Amino acid sequence: MPAVSKGDGMRGLAVFISDIRNCKSKEAEIKRINKELANIRSKFKGDKALDGYSKKKYVCKLLFIFLLGHDIDFGHMEAVNLLSSNKYTEKQIGYLFISVLVNSNSELIRLINNAIKNDLSSRNPTFMCLALHCIANVGSREMAEAFASEIPRILVAGDTMDSVKQSAALCLLRLYKTSPDLVLMGEWTSRVVHLLNDQHMGVVTAAISLITCLSQKNPDEFKTCVSLAVSRLSRIVSSASTDLQDYTYYFVPAPWLSCKLLRLLQCYPPPEDGAVKGRLVECLETILNKAQEPPKSKKVQHSNAKNAILFEAISLIIHYDSEPNLLVRACNQLGQFLQHRETNLRYLALESMCTLASSEFSHEAVKTHIETVINALKTERDVSVRQRAADLLYAMCDRSNAKQIVAEMLSYLETADYSIREEMVLKVAILAEKYAVDYSWYVDTILNLIRIAGDYVSEEVWYRVIQIVINRDDVQGYAAKTVFEALQAPACHENMVKVGGYILGEFGNLIAGDPRSSPLVQFNLLHSKFHLCSVPTRALLLSAYIKFINLFPETKATIQEVLRCDSQIRNSDVELQQRAVEYLKLSSIASTDVLATVLEEMPPFPERESSILAKLKKKKGPGAVSVPDLEDGKREGGELNGGGERGPDSAAMSASNASTPSPSADLLGMRSAAPMSAAPTSAGSLLVDVFSEAGPAAPSAAVNDDGFLRFVCKNNGVLFENQLLQIGIKSEYRQNLGRMYLFYGNKTSVQFASFTTTVSCPGELQSHILSILRLNVQTKPVEPVVEGGAQIQQVLNIECLTDFSEAPLLNIKFRYGGALQNLSLKLPVTINKFFQPTEMTSHDFFQRWKQLSQPQQEAQKIFKANHSMDTEVLKAKLLGLGTALLDDVDPNPENYVCAGVIQTKGQQVGCLLRLEPNGQAQMYRLTLRCSKDSVSLRLCELLAQQF
Amino acid sequence: WIRFILIQNRAGKTRLAKWYMQFDDDEKQKLIEEVHAVVTVRDAKHTNFVEFRNFKIIYRRYAGLYFCICVDVTDNNLAYLEGIHNFVEVLNEYFHNVCELDLVFNFYKVYTVVDEMFLAGEIRETSQTKVLKQLLMLQSLE
Repeated sequence: MPAVSKGDGMRGLAVFISDIRNCKSKEAEIKRINKELANIRSKFKGDKALDGYSKKKYVCKLLFIFLLGHDIDFGHMEAVNLLSSNKYTEKQIGYLFISVLVNSNSELIRLINNAIKNDLSSRNPTFMCLALHCIANVGSREMAEAFASEIPRILVAGDTMDSVKQSAALCLLRLYKTSPDLVLMGEWTSRVVHLLNDQHMGVVTAAISLITCLSQKNPDEFKTCVSLAVSRLSRIVSSASTDLQDYTYYFVPAPWLSCKLLRLLQCYPPPEDGAVKGRLVECLETILNKAQEPPKSKKVQHSNAKNAILFEAISLIIHYDSEPNLLVRACNQLGQFLQHRETNLRYLALESMCTLASSEFSHEAVKTHIETVINALKTERDVSVRQRAADLLYAMCDRSNAKQIVAEMLSYLETADYSIREEMVLKVAILAEKYAVDYSWYVDTILNLIRIAGDYVSEEVWYRVIQIVINRDDVQGYAAKTVFEALQAPACHENMVKVGGYILGEFGNLIAGDPRSSPLVQFNLLHSKFHLCSVPTRALLLSAYIKFINLFPETKATIQEVLRCDSQIRNSDVELQQRAVEYLKLSSIASTDVLATVLEEMPPFPERESSILAKLKKKKGPGAVSVPDLEDGKREGGELNGGGERGPDSAAMSASNASTPSPSADLLGMRSAAPMSAAPTSAGSLLVDVFSEAGPAAPSAAVNDDGFLRFVCKNNGVLFENQLLQIGIKSEYRQNLGRMYLFYGNKTSVQFASFTTTVSCPGELQSHILSILRLNVQTKPVEPVVEGGAQIQQVLNIECLTDFSEAPLLNIKFRYGGALQNLSLKLPVTINKFFQPTEMTSHDFFQRWKQLSQPQQEAQKIFKANHSMDTEVLKAKLLGLGTALLDDVDPNPENYVCAGVIQTKGQQVGCLLRLEPNGQAQMYRLTLRCSKDSVSLRLCELLAQQF
Repeated sequence: WIRFILIQNRAGKTRLAKWYMQFDDDEKQKLIEEVHAVVTVRDAKHTNFVEFRNFKIIYRRYAGLYFCICVDVTDNNLAYLEGIHNFVEVLNEYFHNVCELDLVFNFYKVYTVVDEMFLAGEIRETSQTKVLKQLLMLQSLE
């Protein structure tokens, strides 16, 4: 029993702990504890006043019981009593109990704060430290309120003992983290910074953590710390291994302090003062030199301490990213570590090199280690090391080595751990797309991915390959041939069937000339997979079949037979049944021309950012993916460049989409969980119209703005639809300019005659009087005739001259079967379309927020949720709004904050937005602050109807 | 900065849990179990670092005890790894060849050692001489 023999041990406590340890069962333990609790309770309630020792012993027993995992509901008062004892051991147990079992009982907090106050002013350094540690451990708001102003005084007072300074510095840091508003450094700033010069290394070690945290939040006020940190670092780095005595750890002088100094410097850009900078570069060189020196000890502690400093120095070098010489040296040093026998070092070298790969100065140097890294990927035992190797390969990838790296990653995938497969798949898919010079390689790679790791290929990946194949006609034939071959495998992954079905449905004709892949062979191959597939895949295949009927009339009879059989036409799944019935009907009633129109090849997708990249970013969190950006500027192809990306597009842009299977509708909507505008329903109703030739609807001249609000957060989709006409919109905006494509689809089989459209802008009519034209919209006249089933297009060029609230109006007139139709719609051109997103830090955000504090600059609304409050949906909407969605800005993670600048011809309007959802009440509070009052109001009005 | 420090034995019994961030009791229990599950499956050929939720665990095994420190992903791995060792050496001096039972019977003293070396999730003092001198001074107080 080692402890009992020790000095001040509490014998009763040791006996109790032994008893508990000797309990043979959980029940016995509980019994023993209950007995003890009853005993303590009676002692606390007894008439006899307990002496300090007993009180301490019982409180300590209660603490032990609590730490075993049992609830403690008494003893707090006795613990508080211990705080005012003047014996250290009693006080210590009292403070420990309070720190571990924090209780928000306000009565007690007052007593506790009182005791702390007494100890802080006691001038007894031991008691002061106990009190400070208690504040640092509890860190509650109440304590911050009580002591935030007192502690800086203690920290900088001339007569404060060193150990108290250490505790005060970190205590203040804790309060600053929990209640930054209460910790005001102001007058103390300079004296706190000068703690970096303190004689006592322990004081510097503690104070620097505080200074680093404060510098991150207020870099300007603390920037004098840079030169002080450099000179302190320089003194440590140049000292001999024994100079610092107490602070030398295994022959390394002050390793922790060195790391902290190097980390503090990473809060700032390189020093401007030439002398300071020179001194710092010298330090960094010395650290790199020391890495090459023979070790002063064989102990791992020595090399770890040395390398801790080295890695921190390399982080600083990478942070500066301005010293090519140091960057290359760092890279060489890490290169040596890649083959080190210590797994830790190999891991850290891979990790650190990953960031070096993104610097233009060291990218090439990193690339020279490709073979070693590939080897690590193949041979490392620890999966986390392999993962770092994969990350590094991804980061060092460029056009010159893409094929090799993708091949290695693919072969690694076959044996990769399940935990990292999905991420590997995404990375391969991104690299293959990004560095594809010939797209047949890209198609091969993705199909290989599906073959090797089909289960881990997410929808985004196979959607993407289809998008690319559809957009690039040079690869369509190859893709058809390749999927056809891939489908020959007796067992192929369902994702392969999906891609195969889609691609053959669109481009099967390109390989139909070869008798080995004749239309019927293609069909039979696809259909042989049908019964093993899930419902969504079957739905997709049915759509491929109807496309086949259009592509290859000779397959019509066979396919109709398939559609007609009971398992299709009476399928218990509604979606499958509906498709079978409608496709069957369509194929038997519609003329070849109608069929050809309805089932036309898919139009190219709008260029957009790869959603795979977004997914990877989401998986890894910002900063964790260092996408090889070096070549971004030089890239050809440009699939990843895809312009604005302002939110979910919508399918159903043209009549050919009538047959679009729902998975492909998702293809465009995949970035958002927002309800697809009219796509699925319009597909259905359109088919109905083809058959029914139903009569016209009553003309409406009143302005219709149902569709308008749906476009605040998105740019593409169906604006309007009735039985006669469908109007689709595609729009893009850049700076203060926009272009909108309007698609007018005639849903009937009868011609629209005298078809005219006019766009009028608010303010236009008064323009010669008030001469304020807010929005300039130019159009060209459309063709006066829209044939039955046809679609015509109109382009609008839009210029935002100044901020505006009223939307432009679109008026459409045409004759349908002799009756004049007249329709007015609000065009979804809203002020937010001219947003440029602005990224900013939390600090900047709140600073700007404060600057926009005039009452009229703010607009606020509290409203009930009308739509899903799901995080992803909200995020998609806020992104669609055009602003930057800022993470880690609002202290409450439930809230959303956004920032952006509205670009008009005349001026720029800065806007900040904060959306605070209350899930329980199903309510939101929306606050906008803009540099122009009218913009705050208008945005608030628009947005309040979006959530 | 450090989010928590855990000392656990191989069976998963917690010998010290020091939290530098607000967690409720259920969450603490969950973290303790998760850390145990993550750390005990690793062997000597593995690194001393494990990704853990949005953080990482730096750990080292001493006989049957795992010393684990949970820090931010950007924190310096080796500095915290040696921070653990420095702490263990202090415990070893203080308890004269420390063993698991010392930590059980003197749990309230272990907290004092921790607070001398780590405070508010940051390293407070690294000099073993200074820490031990302070601990001996406290030991001599009544």
